Amino acid sequence: MKEKKILITGNEAIGEGAIQAGCTFYAGYPITPQNELTAYMAKRMPQGKRIFIQAESEVAAINMVYGAATTGVRAMTSSSSPGVSLKQEGISYLAGAQLPAVIVNIMRGGPGLGNIAPSQSDYFQATKGGGHGDYRNIVLAPSSVQEAYDFMFLAFDLADKYRNPAVILGDGMLGQMMEPLIASHKSQVTSHKDKKKSWALTGCQGRKPNIIRSLLLGEGALEELNLTLQKKYQVIQKKEQLWEDLFLDDAGIILVAYGSMARIAKSIVRQLRKQRKKIGLIRPISLWPFPNKIFQGISAKLKKTKFLVIEMSYGQMVEDVRLAINGKFRVEFLGRAGGGIPAPQQIIRKINSMH
Amino acid sequence: MEKLFSHPSSLRDVVTHYCPGCGHGIVHRLIAEVVDELEIREKVVAIAPVGCAVIAYDYWDFDCAEAAHGRAMAVATGIKRVRPETVVFTYQGDGDLAAIGTSETIHAANRGENITGIFVNNAVYGMTGGQMAPTTLIGQKTATTPHGREINLPGMHGYPLKISEMLAQLAAVRYVERVALFSPPEVNKAKKAIRLAFQNQIDNLGFSLIEVLSPCPTYWGMPPKKALDWTREVMAKEFTLGRIK
Repeated sequence: MKEKKILITGNEAIGEGAIQAGCTFYAGYPITPQNELTAYMAKRMPQGKRIFIQAESEVAAINMVYGAATTGVRAMTSSSSPGVSLKQEGISYLAGAQLPAVIVNIMRGGPGLGNIAPSQSDYFQATKGGGHGDYRNIVLAPSSVQEAYDFMFLAFDLADKYRNPAVILGDGMLGQMMEPLIASHKSQVTSHKDKKKSWALTGCQGRKPNIIRSLLLGEGALEELNLTLQKKYQVIQKKEQLWEDLFLDDAGIILVAYGSMARIAKSIVRQLRKQRKKIGLIRPISLWPFPNKIFQGISAKLKKTKFLVIEMSYGQMVEDVRLAINGKFRVEFLGRAGGGIPAPQQIIRKINSMH
Repeated sequence: MEKLFSHPSSLRDVVTHYCPGCGHGIVHRLIAEVVDELEIREKVVAIAPVGCAVIAYDYWDFDCAEAAHGRAMAVATGIKRVRPETVVFTYQGDGDLAAIGTSETIHAANRGENITGIFVNNAVYGMTGGQMAPTTLIGQKTATTPHGREINLPGMHGYPLKISEMLAQLAAVRYVERVALFSPPEVNKAKKAIRLAFQNQIDNLGFSLIEVLSPCPTYWGMPPKKALDWTREVMAKEFTLGRIK
C-alpha cells in the first residue's frame, strides 16, 4: 500500500501521533506556541470514545491527567514553558506514584512570562526533575514534524513500560512549522492494551483494593520507594539512550545539538563536508537518559577532536556533554536564547575559530 | 437471631490515627455504610486529600488515589471521565477544598462533573498544627491568628468562606447540603445526605457536595463533648445547616 503524505504542523502531528498511539485522555490549557495542539485535540479526541477537557489551569490539567492515568489509560497534557512550570507539582506526583503519562512542552522564551519565540531553555527543568524530590522524566526531543508524530508512540510506550512520566521537549519552531508527514502506526510495544495494568484503579471487583499514593510515612518506606525509583532509572539509562550521529569516524570538530537546533547544525555539517572539512554531528534524541554511550565511545585516537555544543539557551545540555566527556576532549559552547537563534554564519565563524 | 447492626465491610477493622473526639472517624464510617448499602464497594474510587485524612485509604476497603493538596476534584474529573462506570468521590478538608483547591473545586462543579464531594469543615488546618482555615470563625484563635480571626487591619483575615453557598449558585450543580455531627439525629441526617449524594452520581445527575461540620477538639482547645457543643452553638450559627440546593 502506498503511504500517504500529509502536510501538517508539528503541534498537530503530536496530537495525531498521540491519538494513533492510543491516547484516551487529553487535558490542556491555552498557551502559545502550542495552541494548535490543544485545538487539534478538541476536534479529534471526541471522535471515538476519547476525552478532551479544556482545564481551568495547567495545574488542573496535569492533575486530571494524573487522575486518568490512575485508571490505566494513556493520558497526556501539553503546554509551553510558563505552563509547564505550573505542572511541575503534578509531574512530581506522577513520578512518586509511578504513573505513566506524557507531557508535551513546546518551549518558548523565558524566564518569567518571557516571549513566544522558540527556545530550549527548559532543558534543565525537563531532564533534571523540575519538581520536588529525587525523580527523573524520560525526555525525548524530536527535530522534525515526522519525529514529533513518531515519538508520541515511543513516549507512551516508555511511560507504560517504566510507569514513569515521559516528556516530549520541542520548541515553538517545531510546533508551528509545517512539513510532510507519513502517518503510519508503529508502536514499539505490540499493543499496550494487551499489557494488563494490575495496579490501576477500576473499582476493586474480584481483587483487593488498589491504592495510588506517594505519601509514605512508615519507617524506611519512602527510602525504599526512592531506591526502587533509582533502580528503575538505572535500567532506563542503560537501555533507552537514543541519538543520531554523522561523520564521527574522522571528525576534528563534532557539533552537538538537539531538536530544532540540530536541523541547523546538520545542514552546516553537510555544507562543510562538501568543502572537505572534517566535521561531525551528535544529535541527542533522548535527553534523559542522556546518550552518554556515544560520547564515551568516541575513540581516544581522535584525541585532538573538539566538541561544539549549540543550544537555544545559555548553556544547559552542554553540562551533560561535559559530564559524559569527563575532560577527555575540549568542549566549547555557542548559545542564544530569549528569541535569538544561533545563525549558520555565526556557528561557522565559531567553528573556524576553533581550528 | 437476625443481626441488625454490624461493622461496615467497606471499613477496615483497624484503629485510626485520629485524635479523641475527631469527626473524621464518624464521616469515614458513614461513607462506608452508604457504600455498603448501595452495594458499590467494587465500583468506588475515592480521592484522599492532603490533610488529616490523607491516609483514609488505610481505613476504607476500596480503590483509592491520593491527590496533591487541593487537586482532588481535578483528579476525580480525570478518573470519572475515562471510567464513567466507577463511582468517584473526593474527601477533602476546608483548606484543601476551599483554599488551595478553590479553583479545581469551582470548575469541577461548574462543569457538572458527575462526582460526589465530601467536604469536612472543621474550621482549622489540622495536620499542620491548627492554622487559620478559610472557614475559621471570626474571633477564633488559631496558630496563625493568635488574637483571633479578625476582619479589619492589622489581621484582615476575611470572613469565613461559604463555599457551599457559592457552589449552589452554579447551574450545573445538582445537590448541596450542609450537615453536622453534634448529635445522633444530626449524624443520621448526615448519612442520609451522603447517601443521596452518591445516589445522584449513580443516577447520572451530576455534581453533589456534602459539607460536614466536624469537631476538632485538639485545635479548638476543647474536650470532645465541648467541641460538639461548640459545633452546634457557634459553628452551626455561622454555617447554616440544611439543604442549600
